Amino acid sequence: MARKTSVAASAATTIVAWAFGLLMFFPILWTALAAFKTEANAYTMPQTLFSSGWTFENFGIVQERSDYFRYVFNTVVISFGSTFLGILFAVPAAWSMAFQPIAAPTVKLSGKVWALIILGAVALAAVILLPLGWDISDRPLLAIVLLLLVGVPFGVWIYTRRTGDTLLWMLSTKMMPPAGALIPIYLIFNRNGLVFRDWGFVNLSDYTLMDSFWGMVPLMMLLNLPIVIWMLYTYFKEIPFEILEAARMDGASLWNELTRVLTPMALPGIASTVLLNIILAWNEAFWTLNLTNKYAAPLSFFISEYSSPEGQFWAKLSAASTMAIAPILVLGWFSQRQLVRGLTFGAVK
Amino acid sequence: MATRQGQALGRLALAPSVIALSTWSIVPLALAIYFAFLRYRLDNPDYSGFAGWSNFYYFMIDPFFVRDLFNTFALVFNVLAMTVIGGVLFAVLLDRPFWGRGVVRVLVISPFFIMPTVSALVWKNLMMHPVYGLLAEVWRWFGAKPFDWFGSAPLTSVSIVVGWQWLPFATLILLTAMQSLDEEQKDAAAMDGAGPLNVFRYITLPHLMRPITVVILIETIFLLNVFAEIKVTSVGGFAGNLTYLVFSQLNDANDVGEAAAGGLIAVLLANIVSVFLVRIVGRNLEA
Amino acid sequence: MKVSVKALLGAVALSSFALPAYAETTLTVATVNNGDMITMQKLTDDFTKANPDIKVNWVTLEENDLRQKVTKDISTKGGQYDILTIGTNETPIWGKKGWLVPLTSIDKVDDLLPPIRAGLSVDGKLYASPFYGESSFVMYRKDLFDKAGLKMPEAPTWDFIADAARKLTDRSTGVNGICLRGKAGWGENMAFLDATANSMGARWFDEKWNPQFDTPEWKKTLTFYLDLMKDAGPAGASGNGFSENLALFQSGKCAMWIDATSAGAHVSDPKEAPMVADKVGFALAPDSGLGKRGNWLWSWALGIPAGTKNAAAAEKFIDWATSQHYLELVASQKGWVAVPPGTRTSLYANPEYQKGAPFAKATIDSINSADPNHPTVKPVPYTGVQFVAIPEFQGLGTKVGELFSAALAGQMSADDALKQSQDYVKTQMTKAGYIK
Repeated sequence: MARKTSVAASAATTIVAWAFGLLMFFPILWTALAAFKTEANAYTMPQTLFSSGWTFENFGIVQERSDYFRYVFNTVVISFGSTFLGILFAVPAAWSMAFQPIAAPTVKLSGKVWALIILGAVALAAVILLPLGWDISDRPLLAIVLLLLVGVPFGVWIYTRRTGDTLLWMLSTKMMPPAGALIPIYLIFNRNGLVFRDWGFVNLSDYTLMDSFWGMVPLMMLLNLPIVIWMLYTYFKEIPFEILEAARMDGASLWNELTRVLTPMALPGIASTVLLNIILAWNEAFWTLNLTNKYAAPLSFFISEYSSPEGQFWAKLSAASTMAIAPILVLGWFSQRQLVRGLTFGAVK
Repeated sequence: MATRQGQALGRLALAPSVIALSTWSIVPLALAIYFAFLRYRLDNPDYSGFAGWSNFYYFMIDPFFVRDLFNTFALVFNVLAMTVIGGVLFAVLLDRPFWGRGVVRVLVISPFFIMPTVSALVWKNLMMHPVYGLLAEVWRWFGAKPFDWFGSAPLTSVSIVVGWQWLPFATLILLTAMQSLDEEQKDAAAMDGAGPLNVFRYITLPHLMRPITVVILIETIFLLNVFAEIKVTSVGGFAGNLTYLVFSQLNDANDVGEAAAGGLIAVLLANIVSVFLVRIVGRNLEA
Repeated sequence: MKVSVKALLGAVALSSFALPAYAETTLTVATVNNGDMITMQKLTDDFTKANPDIKVNWVTLEENDLRQKVTKDISTKGGQYDILTIGTNETPIWGKKGWLVPLTSIDKVDDLLPPIRAGLSVDGKLYASPFYGESSFVMYRKDLFDKAGLKMPEAPTWDFIADAARKLTDRSTGVNGICLRGKAGWGENMAFLDATANSMGARWFDEKWNPQFDTPEWKKTLTFYLDLMKDAGPAGASGNGFSENLALFQSGKCAMWIDATSAGAHVSDPKEAPMVADKVGFALAPDSGLGKRGNWLWSWALGIPAGTKNAAAAEKFIDWATSQHYLELVASQKGWVAVPPGTRTSLYANPEYQKGAPFAKATIDSINSADPNHPTVKPVPYTGVQFVAIPEFQGLGTKVGELFSAALAGQMSADDALKQSQDYVKTQMTKAGYIK
């Protein structure tokens, strides 16, 4: 803090920094301003933008056309719900990775052997399928058996990896292109699909996960879980191990270790992880657009209705955009310090 | 060191996440593999049976396949370049004391909170539109013919939109890293007569290398699957990426088999990228 | 325990038998987010008042999203919706497959415009009832034509349109001679280009399903379109679909616009388009002397997916929404100009409508001049004017539309776009088994 800067340099920094800051923020500001304009004024360039013709009517029109508050409610349920669920999964996992790391694979098989086992399972499944004409859409039980045949060896393989590999594998699940997984997930969620069908012994065809919180919350949790685990893991790792050691020496039980020592130190990290997850879930657009219609449709769905409306719509589009981003933007502003503290992903030593 | 009991507990604590994530990745993947070898169109139940490798073949001879493959990487590269360079500059700038620093920081990171669908709509209609857009107005003010951003330079335009959203993320991480840089080290270097450029070159930049790799890793994960920005700005036909091509194969052509094959190709590429990333970045992180 | 559960179920069943009038049925309607459908939502009270046992639940989607979701739902038998909003391309295909319930109790079914009704029927059975119907026509600014000393004929030729468009273009005032669709999509730029191609003698397929993009007719169509847009079209035309062009025309930036007849209401309503409403003229879509005009035929219609438990209630609703009574209801609430056009003969015989809607005559003439069964100059194995009524068309049309749109944006030449279209369509048609 003892840096000496001349007044001129400081003034220059101020001007440049403000210029860049306003430049970055400008599209948002412009949108917010246009939201309060009449359609005719919204794109009559810039002379009218700051002066005349302020109106609230666009918000009314948007609200009348689509029930904004229901979308806000749905977004809050999905983003907060998935975050809560995600933390329940991720905190134990990150704790385990940070404090009980597995240094070497527990099952001593080489990567090649594992690859052969997994490929063999896939090949076996294919050989079973081929004589059946490959089409098993009306044989759900066979499909499940084949899934287990392939899935179980893979799961075991993951489970025996050392911690670093497990972590990177988790991150790699995030790289799966969602479009490739869409139809499988769609058929799993859908009525008369792969799960919710008449199985003979039990009829599930009256149920569906489509367009419901029961489907969207876990899905959103899984989407962000890798990032959440990683973020928590890097944060936990920075907690000095010696403190835990000392607590253990003093005879602290595991429960005490977790609640008295670890939790207070981890709380800021958890807080910023929660924030990041809420932001990511709030803004997710692929799955919500494809799997919701009404009852669980969030704000991303709300805004998509305005992507191609009729005629002059700049002001209405701006109003809808402002409404869609306002809650999360305000939340972001108030919590940005918290967010900054945790957003290091282990990059800062 | 960790006790046996602790180890067992550790495995137990890890289990829910591993089971959840492996189900999440295995079930859709296995189904996608199955569909990729199946003749399966949503709109035509009579089209069925074993397809062999034909779905892969048809996906790869699509007129847009090569272009979209290139675009996928070009988009990642463009945005990474924009955000890393811009992020370093912003971090250095925002690290210096000046009037209103807190407010400027809020302004700079705000785009990170904006929904991709919204930012794409705003950029397309309010900023870059060749008739009504603000940039067109600026062009006209200078007496130039407005530039048709999404028509003439679709990839660049999408990169700018995506870059605008991710620049705050890079700035945040790099800024946090900057603030942990030892001030005394910089001061000492300055005393020794090193100019600001040299301080940046020999002290700041090396210090930022590690956070930069983190930025690259995380952004790549998200950028490989950029979708909303391309869909909303309707540039899928000009500058789609693989994700968009798969989506189009599924939703426009209703061909599940071909879409699944395309999805698998994308998965394969993502895995190749991730192996490289792990090699480069992972090593850096584990140190 | 078991007994009590059974007893409970029995009681529930009994009560539902005992009170049939109050056993509420909820209809889920999937519909498109355009103005006419929004109006229908607001007027639903009129229906529920007459049918207190039916509740209506709306799922409003953007056009492409609607199509994708409805297709996925009906093909996987998901049963999310009781009423679907579908177009003239899906209806006959899905009707033939048995995916839709045939409609039998539609009010005054003979009053429906014959071309629209034919487009929604298979073997004489109506599978979806039209909510509104449209063709395409030329909308032009009478004031600009007068100023330039031009006179729009009632049935112009392409040569006249191209010539006038170039004369009317005034870049200094931001007036473009002509606005046409350029945004990729089988229902966007391809709707216009297919109809235009028909009028220039081109066709999608010959009688043996061989694609025809390598013919001189298509080359003429595409180069004509590209040249015209370059000389007289708006900037960024490759991103303009129906709504973008509507905005351009409403804000006075187009001298001519060839698009859906349903746009007539949006450009002649002084509330929606104060700048141009009193200056708009209408004319038939152009031709080039080959006997076919460049206008399409389309309708948004309401249909019932097979398998829904609420088919009877759904048909009651469709009957209401597509009835003459509904048209009068809209007229009384919002004026005749806002009535969903293009479905019923009686509407066009109504003198009040003719007075309130200046585009009425041009609309009905355009609709009646479209012939989905013989859309092209040369014979074709398919039906549909601006589409080919086969399931594969959505994918083919979208891809070809993307290639043509890229050509419009200057990213590839017309020849490249045509060649790639030809190759792509040929491969896909071979794959689907049309080309043996």
